[in-house]
Amino acid sequence: MTAVQGSLPILVEQDVVLARQAARQAAVACKLRLIDQTKLVTAASELARNAVIYGGGGSMEWSVVESGLRRGLRLVFIDHGPGIPDTAQALTDGWSSGSGMGLGLSGSRRLVDEFELDSAPGKGTRVAITKWI
Amino acid sequence: MAALQQRTIDLIRSHQDAVVAQWVEQLAATGQSQDSRLSAREVDTQVREFWRLFQAALTTSGAGVAGSEWQELRHFLEQLSRERVLKGFSSAETASFLFSLKRPLFELAQQQLADDPKVLGDQLWAISELIDGLGLHSVKVYQKTREDVIQRQQEEMLELSTPVVKLWEGVLALPMIGTLDSQRTQVVMESLLQRIVDTGSEIAIIDITGVPTVDTLVAQHLLKTVTAIRLMGADAIISGVRPQIAQTIVHLGLDLQGIVTKANLADALALALKRTGQTVTKAAV
Amino acid sequence: MDRIPILQMGDLLLVTIQVDMHDQLALTLQDDLSDRIQKTSARGVLIDISALDIVDSFIGRMISTISALASIMDARTVVVGMQPAVAITLVELGLTLANVQTALNVERGMKLLQQRNDEAAP
Repeated sequence: MTAVQGSLPILVEQDVVLARQAARQAAVACKLRLIDQTKLVTAASELARNAVIYGGGGSMEWSVVESGLRRGLRLVFIDHGPGIPDTAQALTDGWSSGSGMGLGLSGSRRLVDEFELDSAPGKGTRVAITKWI
Repeated sequence: MAALQQRTIDLIRSHQDAVVAQWVEQLAATGQSQDSRLSAREVDTQVREFWRLFQAALTTSGAGVAGSEWQELRHFLEQLSRERVLKGFSSAETASFLFSLKRPLFELAQQQLADDPKVLGDQLWAISELIDGLGLHSVKVYQKTREDVIQRQQEEMLELSTPVVKLWEGVLALPMIGTLDSQRTQVVMESLLQRIVDTGSEIAIIDITGVPTVDTLVAQHLLKTVTAIRLMGADAIISGVRPQIAQTIVHLGLDLQGIVTKANLADALALALKRTGQTVTKAAV
Repeated sequence: MDRIPILQMGDLLLVTIQVDMHDQLALTLQDDLSDRIQKTSARGVLIDISALDIVDSFIGRMISTISALASIMDARTVVVGMQPAVAITLVELGLTLANVQTALNVERGMKLLQQRNDEAAP
């Protein structure tokens, strides 16, 4: 069984397109249903863009994870930017620290099965999303 | 959890040809080495691949088969179990593949560790726990696979039992019958959306006459579906809203966001025809 | 830099998005469309997204913005061909595209634009 995993730097805006493509390929390889693929890739697009615009650039890693007998595809977005001061607020709709990007974080959460946000000022941001297969 | 000692591991590795040969004999003796579902060669391949991963994963850590050393072997067993479900093996048959390995390993231990009864006893126990752990894992996977197969069959039945019908030019109907659960509603709604695109139908009538109760989750799904239909450029009418359901909707404080509801399918169809600019006239007698 | 082509058919502008757009390309499209609407005094804009299998919040906002810009310049916008999976995802994402008119396909979209222009005719 060939492992579905990899990583990709997301430094400039064009990398967001590459991130979408990589997420799509991984989702297809994991045989996710079309609707789940679409949701995951859309979430990836939001988070990748956040990494570029708010995080000053970062990376996306993907791998298959197991929980008991369930298998899922997990994408992790990391950046070393300024971090999010109030993560609870960031997850409410319509919040945005810059010019109008309110739905990215909270919207992504609704599209996936597992969502972990780890961020603080000076600490950068790490978001891990998982879709069960 | 009893741990394998390095001595035992070395023994197993150095005697592997004999152990595997005995295992294969054991499988043959219990009628497992071949039948109509698996050829002798397939079983042989499985034995060899299993052994390759097994002896590579042997460790003195004593952490049991959930440890990372056993991951590759676990994956192999999962694949094996799944295949066997699909080929119609019972869970007992699937587990027997593994349990047959106990005897050769026990005999090896008994021959080689006879000098120290305490160690022998301890290692027999360790081997037993190990094989049992692997056997249990494969049975769990077997059951999960069976459940997955059943679920897929249920989904297929769902699609069959909830067909999307073309009521008229540009008008589709989806009669929903029986209790709606979250998952069922999603599956059915996705196929409705696809049919709308495929047929270019402007209006979809979702009829819930045959649905006894609607809870918040189901109502939310219905709402989301109608929103998606509108986003695509079509529209939806919900028909068959009985008094009890209407009460539930009001009681739950659900906002229908301007979705038109009709008491019955006939009224919904009349509205749909009007909206699509079609009229039905009686032929002159 | 590559750009998305805009076709002119009478007083109608037609855009077919067939590539996975990066943000700059989308913004360029926005600018190009505003330019063309003004230069051609177009009355309608038809955006075909039937080839898009992902519409995220940025593209969604681009579509809303184009619709608003066109409206200010007295042109109507219709977006056609949204894929089911995209529609479901947009709803889940919470993007309503409230002020954007949609139609199932190009044919319906053009009919819609024609109707609206007829209605609006002096």
